[in-house]
Amino acid sequence: MCATCGCSAEPETITLEQKVLAKNDALAEHNRDMLAGLGILAVNLMSSPGSGKTTLLERTIRTVGQDRPVAVIEGDQETLIDAERIRRAGCAVEQVNTGAGCHLDAAMMHDALHKLDPEPGSLLFVENVGNLVCPALFDLGEGGKVVIISVTEGTDKPLKYPYMFAVADLVIVNKVDLLPYVDFDLEACRRHVAAVNPGTPVVALSATRGDNLEAWYGWLSSRSVPGVAATPGTSPLR
Amino acid sequence: MHELSIAQSVVDAICERAAGRSVHSVRLRVGALTAVVPEAMRFCFDLAVEGTAAQGARLDIEHRPGMARCRSCGADVELTDPILLCPCGSADLEVTAGRELQIVSMEVR
Repeated sequence: MCATCGCSAEPETITLEQKVLAKNDALAEHNRDMLAGLGILAVNLMSSPGSGKTTLLERTIRTVGQDRPVAVIEGDQETLIDAERIRRAGCAVEQVNTGAGCHLDAAMMHDALHKLDPEPGSLLFVENVGNLVCPALFDLGEGGKVVIISVTEGTDKPLKYPYMFAVADLVIVNKVDLLPYVDFDLEACRRHVAAVNPGTPVVALSATRGDNLEAWYGWLSSRSVPGVAATPGTSPLR
Repeated sequence: MHELSIAQSVVDAICERAAGRSVHSVRLRVGALTAVVPEAMRFCFDLAVEGTAAQGARLDIEHRPGMARCRSCGADVELTDPILLCPCGSADLEVTAGRELQIVSMEVR
């Protein structure tokens, strides 16, 4: 007899054996196919709030945007502040406000892609919600995940948030112009990244002062979708 | 609080599969390397089932330990977190288990 309501129906066991995030993963694959078809490289930028994602983006747009279309999907819980900054830097932007949500998912990415309608061959940045935990779990269909930390945050961040650093294709250490003023051990930080994600490149740069941005542009260039209309230009992305 | 999104995904999937029947219990398989906290998952599951065919359903969580094989010494090592380190000192490990996040089964009436 049913222990809940007293009815005589016997429970039936249904085997599912499916991934919890199967729907998200399927939609992410759809996004990936769509982006590949358009020759678009989508890069998912993840970090804690205040690491300098938007500043790095502004600088990147102004440099590489001269030679290649750049578009941005901005994820924030609230406000259009970052979208306005990106728009002023001179590129197409779609703001996604997640409200109480702490991350972007493949459905939000899909909707934003359709609204933004990025040009074929463009470079698409997805600025995820500032959070070093939740965005790690959700595949958006991007072509690369970049995790950014800044030297004001502490050397041991990769060990404290290992799940995020474990999924990174590139780790950026930002604000190296502040190294003389803070207690941050860059070499130890590199070792901590290697402990959770061996072989992942670490690029130390300053988005405000411009140190070592060539390494970041070089990485973007190396990830760009092959076969995309490449016209002669001076951009490091070409 | 990504567990709320995950709980919502679970509830969507089971209600769809239950096709109108009521869901009595659900079994999840959660690996130790998934960043999903079982306590948070239970809390969020109870919120997500409200007003659905799975309202009041019991959540069973099957834990899977994190495992890795050391490429240096060949040992199978249990991992409690995603920090890759073998007792032999090597950090060259290949994760073999612990990333599961699956709906195993459910009971419906």
